[in-house]
Amino acid sequence: MNVIVCVKQIPDPAQVGELDPSDNTLKRDGKLILDESDSYGVEMALQLVTTAGGDEVSLVSMAPNGETSGLRTALAMGAAKAVLVSDPALAGSDALTTAKILAAASKRLGDADLIIAGTESSDGYTGTVPEQIAEVLGLPSVTFAKHIEVAGDSVNVQRQTEAGYDEVTCPLPAVVSVTAGVVEPRYPSFKGIMAAKSKPVDEVTAADLDVTPVGWAGAGQEIVEVASAPEREAGEVIEDDGEGYTKIVEFLDRLKVI
Amino acid sequence: MAISNVWVFAQGANGAPTSSTQELLTKAREIGSSITAFVVGEAESFAAGLGEYGATKVYATGDLGGKLPGAAGAAAMKAVIDGGDVPDVILFPQNYEGRDVLARLSVKLDKPVLTNNTELAVQDDVVLVTTPVFGGTKLVRTTFTGGGPFLVAFRPKSFVAEASGGGAPEVVAAPVPDLGAAGGAQVQAVHVEEHTGPKLDEADIVVSGGRGLGEASKYEMIEALAKALKGAPGASRAIVDAGWVPYSYQVGQTGKVVKPTVYIAAGISGATQHMVGMKGSKNIIAINKDKEAPIFGVADLGIVGDVHKVLPKLIEALQKR
Repeated sequence: MNVIVCVKQIPDPAQVGELDPSDNTLKRDGKLILDESDSYGVEMALQLVTTAGGDEVSLVSMAPNGETSGLRTALAMGAAKAVLVSDPALAGSDALTTAKILAAASKRLGDADLIIAGTESSDGYTGTVPEQIAEVLGLPSVTFAKHIEVAGDSVNVQRQTEAGYDEVTCPLPAVVSVTAGVVEPRYPSFKGIMAAKSKPVDEVTAADLDVTPVGWAGAGQEIVEVASAPEREAGEVIEDDGEGYTKIVEFLDRLKVI
Repeated sequence: MAISNVWVFAQGANGAPTSSTQELLTKAREIGSSITAFVVGEAESFAAGLGEYGATKVYATGDLGGKLPGAAGAAAMKAVIDGGDVPDVILFPQNYEGRDVLARLSVKLDKPVLTNNTELAVQDDVVLVTTPVFGGTKLVRTTFTGGGPFLVAFRPKSFVAEASGGGAPEVVAAPVPDLGAAGGAQVQAVHVEEHTGPKLDEADIVVSGGRGLGEASKYEMIEALAKALKGAPGASRAIVDAGWVPYSYQVGQTGKVVKPTVYIAAGISGATQHMVGMKGSKNIIAINKDKEAPIFGVADLGIVGDVHKVLPKLIEALQKR
């Protein structure tokens, strides 16, 4: 079984994000790390191929520079190889262009049986890319999966809904987007980290994939203004002396909600 | 070309349009002159309600027979557009179904999408949307540089719903065309999680718990406090990811957006992810051990203390009243 995971390398979310003053897109020029939301997909894929036996997990990713540190994390977890679409012209690409790029990149790895992606990235969180990839490739899809099982030539998925979850079956090949918490991502072992250094990363440009237009120019969108949101003022903060709860009761009383 | 033909991706529940649908239809009336609701599924039971919020026409695919809405809904919309009814803009709710249909449709139309928005305006015949970023500290206004249809999605509660008192709309069948391989996913069974008390995104009081509770069993305190206040229990992403409570409890960017009269955050530090979902609450009470926790920056009343000590006393005091 050929399983491909779409992974994104993002600026460290622990750092304060910054917008590029020239075009107001998110700055991504520093060190990039593996998006935590994608570590669930990588783990899920590794577990699925282990169950199926003797198969590999491949990665596809896109980055404006040749950054691979996030990819190496996923390779260290156990993925076998990666295609990285790296091209300065990709900076500022919108979700639709991203989906076209990732779909084309996945084809370089042969016909996938299953493409796994996170529900949404932690930096841009447009939340449409997995479903867009499916449509570009003409594949069926199941989004918001909280459990996946391969059964012959189809997958059984528990898909989250507003009310609970649905049990969905879907023939392969297919695209599945997974939510956080679907599995517990493994920590890369020392051996895994060493092995990842020599695993193949196929670096290509957008032109190699015949996808145009790319980048902010091709996004069909323009940021016209960035403003600070009105601040919410902090109120009274008190240390609990054992009677702190009475302050809450008084507060609720004043609002006439109790 | 001015914005006139506005579509809303509409959903119903219990015989009425959902609150998101009512909000989007209300906003649609403000920017457009012809308002159409597009229902991916059966619309008969709530078409009159769509009319009350201003839809004069309703397209409905009819029951999907277990197909997932993404591929089916987008294909049905594309068929209507190809048939000559071309919307200037389509407003989607930022939820499971809306997002999937929006994504598939963007590929079919080769048009970009703008999601997670909270405001909508029209300027020089092009739509302008506002998206909060960096935990809602910055507001980014974005517009489209190409032509429509403009595809935009809005977070729940971005607009205030108001009925227009419109009459029954014309209901037009918009059957799902043959989907080929893309339509392969099939729902086999539906599981509904039992809920008592008010719904999280509709409750007047929300009590949420986070990692500071220490262990899953302590979430009982959150449920007891919510019950005492006739409110709904909620949760931070951290404890949902840890499996303490189901995803449907999650408040935040990837969960529910709530704007209750009172929001009580217990043992929640206030990560960006969480703040986006609750900052719009009218009153915020926070209880946390760490006095540097970001949640205190938005709280009207902050108690620096141990939730395991504060909550039991608070619950007891409220139960006595």
